[in-house]
Amino acid sequence: MTGGRPATGGADQARWLIRGVTVPGHGDRERAVADILLRDGSVAVIGTGLSDAGARVLDAGGLIALPGLVDLHTHLREPGREDAETVETGTAAAALGGYTAVHAMANTDPVADTAGVVEQVWRLGRAAGHCDVQPVGAVTVGLAGARLAELGTMADSAARVRVFSDDGRCVADPLLMRRALEYVKAFDGVIAQHAQDPRLTEHAQLNEGEMSARLGLAGWPAVAEEAIIARDCLLAAHVGSALHICHVSTAGSAEIIRWAKSKGWPVTAEVTPHHLLLTDELAAGYDPVFKVNPPLRTEADVAELRRALADGTIDCVATDHAPHPVEAKETEWSEAAFGMTGLETALRVVQLAMVDTGLLDWPGVADRMSVRPARIGRLTGHGAPLAAGVPANLTLYDPAAPAEAVRPGASKSRNTPFAGMELPGRVVATFLRGTPTVLDGKLA
Amino acid sequence: MLILDTAEELASLADRPIKKLPTLRGRTVVNLFYEDSTRTRISFEAAAKRLSADVINFSAKGSSVAKGESLKDTALTLEAMGADAVVIRHGASGAAHRLAGWVQGSVLNAGDGTHEHPTQALLDAFTIRRRLKRGSTRGAGLDGLRVTIVGDVLHSRVARSNVLLLSILGAEVTLAAPPTLLPLAVGSWPCAVSYDLDSELPKSDVVMMLRVQQERMTDAYFPSVREYSRRYGLDVARMARLPEHAIVMHPGPMNRGVEIAAEVADSVRSTIVEQVANGVTTRMAVLYLLLGGTEFPATQIPAVAP
Repeated sequence: MTGGRPATGGADQARWLIRGVTVPGHGDRERAVADILLRDGSVAVIGTGLSDAGARVLDAGGLIALPGLVDLHTHLREPGREDAETVETGTAAAALGGYTAVHAMANTDPVADTAGVVEQVWRLGRAAGHCDVQPVGAVTVGLAGARLAELGTMADSAARVRVFSDDGRCVADPLLMRRALEYVKAFDGVIAQHAQDPRLTEHAQLNEGEMSARLGLAGWPAVAEEAIIARDCLLAAHVGSALHICHVSTAGSAEIIRWAKSKGWPVTAEVTPHHLLLTDELAAGYDPVFKVNPPLRTEADVAELRRALADGTIDCVATDHAPHPVEAKETEWSEAAFGMTGLETALRVVQLAMVDTGLLDWPGVADRMSVRPARIGRLTGHGAPLAAGVPANLTLYDPAAPAEAVRPGASKSRNTPFAGMELPGRVVATFLRGTPTVLDGKLA
Repeated sequence: MLILDTAEELASLADRPIKKLPTLRGRTVVNLFYEDSTRTRISFEAAAKRLSADVINFSAKGSSVAKGESLKDTALTLEAMGADAVVIRHGASGAAHRLAGWVQGSVLNAGDGTHEHPTQALLDAFTIRRRLKRGSTRGAGLDGLRVTIVGDVLHSRVARSNVLLLSILGAEVTLAAPPTLLPLAVGSWPCAVSYDLDSELPKSDVVMMLRVQQERMTDAYFPSVREYSRRYGLDVARMARLPEHAIVMHPGPMNRGVEIAAEVADSVRSTIVEQVANGVTTRMAVLYLLLGGTEFPATQIPAVAP
């Protein structure tokens, strides 16, 4: 609730004492109240009645401490579309949302398909300093789906790329997908697939169903996603390599992934906050702020996605934060760009959809929004459950903050589908390696 | 119903030597057409002019739209120039809905993408009522009439608007088409569905044929124009299966020899030319009710007709 205030006499900027915070899962208890001392970029101690005369003190009564959130799916738009977002503004939005690391998707201009581009994005992230930026490399040159990009060179670069994705486009060619999966085994890589059969979704605008039939918008059928997921699960099993499925949006997809996991196959999956809360009914007014790819689906899909996230079939929440300038959305539906922003609202949406509904507890949220996405992204230094000795990446969140309407934030773009919607909770502070990036809900 | 009854009053005007009313004098109606549509544009233009409105025709070709101006900017420009109503035809579903959120004046949807074409449905309902509900039609619905709409329902704004309007007016609507040309969720619509045109014809009071775009063939909606025509085209033999009183409708433009045979289009059952005339009357009623005030008093016609 409060910002940091310096303790009297020579406060040491490198030390923070977070007092009276609830640490979900600590000591195997769902709600353990403790003090946390951050020192030299790490969590020094978690205990009760801690004191440190040189540390700045943050009174965190009523707040919960989560390991810093990790997003597997962020569009930072730089280089190329700095009018929509930059690494600076996008990572500021991430920090305000409680994130300490984001994976920057490859569909920039130029495409992140070479060591040069991924290293540039990585360096811009370091310069901005709001959170760690882990570039994702393109699977194919120019996202064109024709030949493999230099995956190994990107892996060996300073950016140490491990996640590869043509996100926005599907690696539709089954042979190319097989080869990509096989090839990245050499450096423990993972292929993150945007599952969308291109032929089944030509001109597609909205989930194929009652709404698309009524509104006269070309349908985006669930089967176009599910068929690719089924194929890729089989390919991943065949070559024994890691497949990650981006933004799962249908009940059928969850069922296929559950089946693949039951076989022990190396498959992981993510779901976006918007697919956990919103449905295609929102397209009724043709406002393209609700236009996204994959599209918003039905209430039955939302219910099943929540269940799959709760039981671990879907490993994590990833935002698919996709900023667009005003003119890309202030148009006819079919002209508008696909995508929604999400970094600043993700945790609040997850509280509303998963925690307040009793489907997931806070240790579960820590697992789905930090631990597992960091593991899938092969990120060291993030996603460690809070304990003495781990890097001091953490988020302080107030789940009891009265529901407030979503307002414009740090993102350069305004295409949030939650604008004006009352969401619970508030990110109070974010720490990146012991240094606050957000205090009292504002950039530090 | 109010629109249809108003149109009925206005229809009597069409038989007069001078067809003009001064009702909308000083009002400006803009025809904002992003798609080529001679028939609908001219129909709206004639309707507005018969009510003495000033009409501005704005075609997307050769305008600022060709230079990349957004729909919103175009709309605000037209509004600033004093348009009281904008009649919009657009290739994107929902374009009229979006436009209505950006301008103060009235917006009339003259067809948006594959969504709706409301005035077409109104003129179709008006035509059906005049033809099949003889006598005093004022206030009459279409109760008990069976309407079969045939063809590319999936891409048809005419079909969507007609299903909604005709079912509200009490008609029983059946869609007859190959499964590929029906929306997957058509089961949620207030109508029946059939894949077999021949079995529907003997029980139809109205058959409405939809235009079939030949390019649908390349997207595998059907194997060939010939096969489509054989299974779903209305030829002389099929027309003979209709009840004596049944009428044949088509929103135009027709593909003679594809969805409708020339002999059928030109037969006495065909209302195709009548639909065009009724289109002007119906659109006059819509413009009148939106811009001119309330229900059309029957006494006003003799009073104002010069």
